[in-house]
Amino acid sequence: MEATQVEAKIEAAAMSIGLSGDEDQYLTFMLGGEEYGVDILRIQEIKGWDRITHIPNTPPYILGVINLRGAIVPVVDLRQRFGMDTSEYGPTTVVIVLKVQGEDRERIMGVVVDAVSDVYDIPETELKPAPDSAKDTIMESVSALATVEEKLVILLDVDHLLNTSELSAMDGLTG
Amino acid sequence: MSIDISQFHQVFFEESFEGLEAMENALLDLSQGVDDPELIHLIFRSAHSIKGGSGTFGFTAVAGFTHVMETLLDQMREGEREITEAALNLLLESGDVLRDMLEAARDEGEFDAERAASTQSRLEAMLGQDSGTGATAVVSTVGDEAVAGWLIDFKPYTELLKTGNDPVRMFRELAELGDLQVEVETDALPEFHDFDPEECHLAWKLRLTGDVTREQLDEIFEWVDGDCDLSIEPLASDVMQPAQEETAGNVENPPVQEKTQDSAPPVKAVDKSGDRRVDERRKGDRRSAGSADSSIRVSIQKIDELINMVGELVITQSMLGQIGSGEIEEFDAGRLEKLRDGLQQLERNTREMQESVMQIRMLPISFSFNRFPRLVHDLSSKLGKKIDLKISGENTELDKTVMEKIGDPLVHLVRNSLDHGIEMPEERVASGKAETGVIHLNAFHQGGNIVIEISDDGGGLPADRILAKARERGLVGEDETLSHERTLELIFEPGFSTAEVVSDVSGRGVGMDVVRRNIKDLGGTIEVQSTPGEGSTFTIRLPLTLAILDGQLLSVGDETFIMPLISIIESLQVDQAMVNSVAGSTEMYRLREDYIPIVRLYDIFGIAPKTTRLQEALLVVVEHEGNKIGLMVDELLGQQQVVIKSLETNYRRVEGLSGATILGDGTVALILDVGGLISLSGRGGSGRHAGADDEQAA
Amino acid sequence: MATILAVDDSNSMRQMVSFTLKQAGHTVTEAADGVEALELARKGSFNLVISDVNMPRMDGIALIKELRTLPNYKFTPLLMLTTESGADKKQEGKAAGATGWIVKPFNPDQLLSTVKRVLG
Repeated sequence: MEATQVEAKIEAAAMSIGLSGDEDQYLTFMLGGEEYGVDILRIQEIKGWDRITHIPNTPPYILGVINLRGAIVPVVDLRQRFGMDTSEYGPTTVVIVLKVQGEDRERIMGVVVDAVSDVYDIPETELKPAPDSAKDTIMESVSALATVEEKLVILLDVDHLLNTSELSAMDGLTG
Repeated sequence: MSIDISQFHQVFFEESFEGLEAMENALLDLSQGVDDPELIHLIFRSAHSIKGGSGTFGFTAVAGFTHVMETLLDQMREGEREITEAALNLLLESGDVLRDMLEAARDEGEFDAERAASTQSRLEAMLGQDSGTGATAVVSTVGDEAVAGWLIDFKPYTELLKTGNDPVRMFRELAELGDLQVEVETDALPEFHDFDPEECHLAWKLRLTGDVTREQLDEIFEWVDGDCDLSIEPLASDVMQPAQEETAGNVENPPVQEKTQDSAPPVKAVDKSGDRRVDERRKGDRRSAGSADSSIRVSIQKIDELINMVGELVITQSMLGQIGSGEIEEFDAGRLEKLRDGLQQLERNTREMQESVMQIRMLPISFSFNRFPRLVHDLSSKLGKKIDLKISGENTELDKTVMEKIGDPLVHLVRNSLDHGIEMPEERVASGKAETGVIHLNAFHQGGNIVIEISDDGGGLPADRILAKARERGLVGEDETLSHERTLELIFEPGFSTAEVVSDVSGRGVGMDVVRRNIKDLGGTIEVQSTPGEGSTFTIRLPLTLAILDGQLLSVGDETFIMPLISIIESLQVDQAMVNSVAGSTEMYRLREDYIPIVRLYDIFGIAPKTTRLQEALLVVVEHEGNKIGLMVDELLGQQQVVIKSLETNYRRVEGLSGATILGDGTVALILDVGGLISLSGRGGSGRHAGADDEQAA
Repeated sequence: MATILAVDDSNSMRQMVSFTLKQAGHTVTEAADGVEALELARKGSFNLVISDVNMPRMDGIALIKELRTLPNYKFTPLLMLTTESGADKKQEGKAAGATGWIVKPFNPDQLLSTVKRVLG
């Protein structure tokens, strides 16, 4: 799907247009050859790759922060977060800006993905539970699995994926 | 029609709290013997206003309590009652109770009813009354039975019209109650040339038939009571024919000779004559105005200034727009010149506006200082000490949020002075001091900061006891010597209190380190100076505003950082001869008298620098709470004012950084925090002088 | 309908009075004390003045006295806002030339009906 179409869908979803009750829309993206999806309502916008300011003494999957119209927004490299091999960042690399629900308030964070895929309506009935897997970062953040157009889409729980208290628990580098 | 008066509640609460403050200050002044006759009137009016408003807006508990206060104050202002110390103290306490009740009303919470009741009974005892005569004297509802009608003889005195009352209106009202017949008597009319039209010489006989109560009539004539001859007689119930009195000639067509067109049913009359006294209002409809912190009063002048500046900005913008709108080919040196001018103007406009907007959040520190007269008054009597509080510089302005946060630290410091600083009166006299101790609160601007001084002329900080305690706790080595300043600074260490007896006034010595931390969080510093036997002074420095700082841009490798200018002592090129290595790992730089630890920024931040050789780099000497370190950086770039953006909004706090900012080119630059850098480097920083025992030059 | 001057040193009372009367279609001007009110009265022209008694600078009674000396306000209805405990205040007010009074606390409906009575 073209970028503008995707953005239009995001906006429409935010205004609850075209959604029926038992279906949820998901934006899917490619990461290391797999297709993942997040709830479209959690998406604030999609940005192209931009200059990132590195923050010292942070876990490697925190690439740094960017300026999003005056707000300082951290950017997470999902490949590194999932323990995959890193790749070069190129013209199709995008940053998906997400709204993450923390304990006390909503935060804005960006994730770097290989490419944006599509927007799908997936009815609840089509969601299959994720397999149990102890202490596997990826699995802990998977909310469900779905089959769309014969492909496997791994749906992610944004809050669990990017919960900052978790992030801070992960690094033991700061004093 | 029903008007929702709860919309006025917030204003009522605001003005009531202001009134309470004014009341308290005036009471304190009176108790200190200030001889101003206006004070008691001011106090009365404050109470009166609160009573009136609380009654109107349905806060009956407040109204009832305030009523008793008001009665006492009324006697005092009329000179019927002496203004005694006991009375003033009781009123001060009552003010506290009232504040409690108002806060409960505002936040829809509970107030301390027991305390309120006991304070009220003490007020009543002072008045010599018992409770119950409080709010409402219910008007005796006598004669509620309606009769067939009434015969009214109404003869106004000549001056009646000059009270703005008009018989016509009164008759109109009567006519709404029932069937009215009016006869005028013109006997008393003087001759035409003697006739003063501003006087009333007419009299009337009125016959009102219908279901009307005496009370309703009384009400209509209430205002003219004493300005007329009035007689009201009930009609016998079977007398229904209109009275056939002779009417004098209708010289002046009498104002009213009407039968009621629409005989309004008694329901309407009941409405009017409804008890004007307090009915118990429903407590339901209350808006919780929320915490008082969320609004701010701004002087109109500041707003006007801002509006002007916006106007100028618009002009500049349109000018720039014009310059930019021509054809590209026509862009010549002349246009460029204009563009430069326009941009300069834009910079000026923006800067002015920024300053102006900052001003809006600025409030005089008096808002914070004004709780202290009461505090000192109460605490000094509780402690049995005589203490005078002096306040100066109360008009010095600072940011509203900063002021709110500095409140508690200030209270702690003042309590400390009260409790530990100022000695008991006997002790003072014995050492040749005046019996009354002085605590001085002072505030002024200095550079980009506000400086707040809390000084007392008490016994000063006991340096030897502090040192002993520090040695006890292992903070200071047994044979280590510290300068006087460094010794005093020990009081800011956690858990430090040399008070022999932990008094409930200032607590368990958990205070000073919290005070310093709070001040640090505001970007400020605190220092103490003290001379034994003479007194102590605490000096707090706070930045005037939280959000903007003057920064020095510097680079390490490819990364640009910002160092707050206020933290920089100096920047220099490294002279290799001054570099010393201690124990093989710690690098120190000898700068005049100090040995300053060198911190390689690229190392603690994990950045690839341009150079790892000190002599090719620059050293930026920075300090934090008396500790100095030398930061090794690659380059120094420009200086500029930056807007501080929080990292914590979307991410979290990072040690060594105090925030981030967005540079002109849109990229993010991180702002360094010296305290954090010192922690990260694991060095304590220098505060020690060359020649200290345990430092050896390599 | 009418042009009314509302005088009270309490913001909230003033606002309530003003709002209530404006809702009923009157034009309302506010003043915070007697001095301000007198000046406004001199400059303008009001059909009715409603004033609190206890105010700084010039209280309600003094204001009424002053107003009655102005030719424009000889017969203008002047109402006092008074508390029930001030029975002698009422007499003082009348002696000063007040037309009548409204007892505090009052609700908007009471205010409106009293105003209506006085404006006819």
